[in-house]
Amino acid sequence: MAAGKASVSRPRTRVNALMLTLPLVAFIAVTFVAPLISMMARGVYDPTVADIMPETIAALQSWDRQGLPPEEVYAAAARELTLAREERTIGRLATRLNRQAAGTRSVITRTGRALNRGAEPPWSESLPEIHEAWGEPEVWETLLLTGDRFTADYYLNAVDLQRTVDGDIVRQPETRRVYVDLFIRTIGVSLSVTLLCLAIGYPLAGFIAHAPPRRARLLLTLVLLPFWTSLLVRTTSWIVLLQQQGVINDILVWAGLVPDTERLTLVYNMTGTLVAMTHVLLPFMVLPLYSVMSGIPGVQMQAAASLGATWPRAFLRVYLPQSMPGVGAGCLLVFILAIGYYITPALVGGQSGQLISNLIAYHIQTSLNWGLGAALGTILFAAVVLLFVFYDRVLGLDRMKLGA
Amino acid sequence: MNAKVQSSRGPGQWALAIFCTLALLFLIAPILVVIPLSFNAEPYFTFTAGMLTLDPDAYSLRWYEQVLLSDEWRRAAFNSLVIGLSATALATTLGTLAAVGLSSPAMPWRRAITALLISPMIVPIIIAAAGMFFFYSSVNLTQTYTGLILSHAALGAPFVVITVTAAMAGFNRELLQAAASLGAGPLRGFFKVQLPLISPGVISGALFAFAASLDEVVVVLFMGGIEQRTIPRQMWSGIREEISPAILSAATFLIVIAVLLLVTIELLRARSAKRSTGTGGSARAVH
Repeated sequence: MAAGKASVSRPRTRVNALMLTLPLVAFIAVTFVAPLISMMARGVYDPTVADIMPETIAALQSWDRQGLPPEEVYAAAARELTLAREERTIGRLATRLNRQAAGTRSVITRTGRALNRGAEPPWSESLPEIHEAWGEPEVWETLLLTGDRFTADYYLNAVDLQRTVDGDIVRQPETRRVYVDLFIRTIGVSLSVTLLCLAIGYPLAGFIAHAPPRRARLLLTLVLLPFWTSLLVRTTSWIVLLQQQGVINDILVWAGLVPDTERLTLVYNMTGTLVAMTHVLLPFMVLPLYSVMSGIPGVQMQAAASLGATWPRAFLRVYLPQSMPGVGAGCLLVFILAIGYYITPALVGGQSGQLISNLIAYHIQTSLNWGLGAALGTILFAAVVLLFVFYDRVLGLDRMKLGA
Repeated sequence: MNAKVQSSRGPGQWALAIFCTLALLFLIAPILVVIPLSFNAEPYFTFTAGMLTLDPDAYSLRWYEQVLLSDEWRRAAFNSLVIGLSATALATTLGTLAAVGLSSPAMPWRRAITALLISPMIVPIIIAAAGMFFFYSSVNLTQTYTGLILSHAALGAPFVVITVTAAMAGFNRELLQAAASLGAGPLRGFFKVQLPLISPGVISGALFAFAASLDEVVVVLFMGGIEQRTIPRQMWSGIREEISPAILSAATFLIVIAVLLLVTIELLRARSAKRSTGTGGSARAVH
């Protein structure tokens, strides 16, 4: 579309325009895109085992997986575990292996301690004496499985699958299937919040759009105020309002609707997450709806009425179709923002109100399973990008404006 | 005519008005309720009997005192200002340049570059924070002011790009040619003619970027150390660890700042709307 114009303009002005954007492009590439790429890489690249036990992994390649590996493999393992204990990398190794096969942690740490106290070859006899697991093929298979620097394990884990020694991909044991449910819950919560915002936002936006200009301006400012108020302030407010000794429960008790002994649990659960998220995201629904609705002439509804249409009929046939672009933009925007929501569920969600973002934070900050955190993050990222591409195709990203 | 329509709809119109009042109450009340509670004399998050009967003894400034005198909160305010202002300066400079380039009719690959530049606003903050944590720790920038300023500048730049691009749409390019024909070089033309005319867009972009930094907590949680605690970070631990009405008084400060920012932005918007109609620019679409 700009091709005709661009070919007319001299190449120098093209270069000039490009040069102006270059500093920010470079800045965003380094401070933002590189971090995203490094996160995606974490999900597929894990050199822990390959770095700590290179010779063991190399020696294991010739193992036929019938029975136990030969003495040279045992010797390499004993040597490298001793070294890992000295260099204090053995904890990381144990954690990585334990993620692949539960129970491996104690095998590694106990062996490390025993080797440190001193043990004698032949290692194929002394290692199984230290821990009987060395006498079974499973622990060697675990080492072989995790020995690659590049791994699909984290992504598989993020969708509740795992890889067996034979290379088959199977579902995780029932107790470890968490993430698919969590993704489904996140989508469910995002859809509920989107519908709540639409139910409240549609009439509100219509009311503002067809109010006299001065009043519309004032009402719009009231919608924008929460938009500008710190998210943490708004979240705090909801805790203040919703907690058991909070304002809403106090009012309910005072009004005699709820006995003092049975105050409602409104926060630190899913209710808290839904209410607070709806509050935070409502302006994102109202603003696009308002900008579309204020372009619909109010006289059209009168015209429909004068032609004999009842109000519901006029609304469905005349008003609603014209407001659909706003509905689409608002719903998509709210859904996209909701699906990646972190702060509100973390503070008011309690146990039951946690979403996928909270698990990503948990794996990065608490469980230190960075690979899994990165894999979950990449999946969420891909979902958001897809939704935005869809948004761009249907509504045009360049039409996105800030505020009213 | 308007009144006639309203009276003809009668109960429906009333129901809508009541519904919208409730919806606005839902939006505003939670924010306003914090303000009186921050003057609570008791360490509770709810209205005491004394407060409801307007007993002056039930109100006090103790939580304001606690916040204003505490070293932690002062340090947090200082950190928020330093990080916010530096990030805003960086984002505004780079963002304005980029927006001027993007608005040039000769700009190649406009769509792709725009998408790249506003991506920090679109990517969920948790993902950005996770990536920044991995990447910045590999170059030893976690737990530093530099790291936080760079990441907040990246998160704030899209706001500047969007507001300045919008302001550029109302800018009459012939003015630059006029300036050039009068002998002004491109730099002089930019600073003397273009920048003053697009300044409302630049200023609102800067305010958006500053507000974004002032409200940002997730990146600070992931990357900041004890030294770099900001106001939102301080509130975060206040909410999670020791709940005291002191957070409510800090929240009241933030609400006041929000109101000031909102009013400034609205004034700027009104001004630039007037200006662009004055120059005949009709490109500023409302939606």
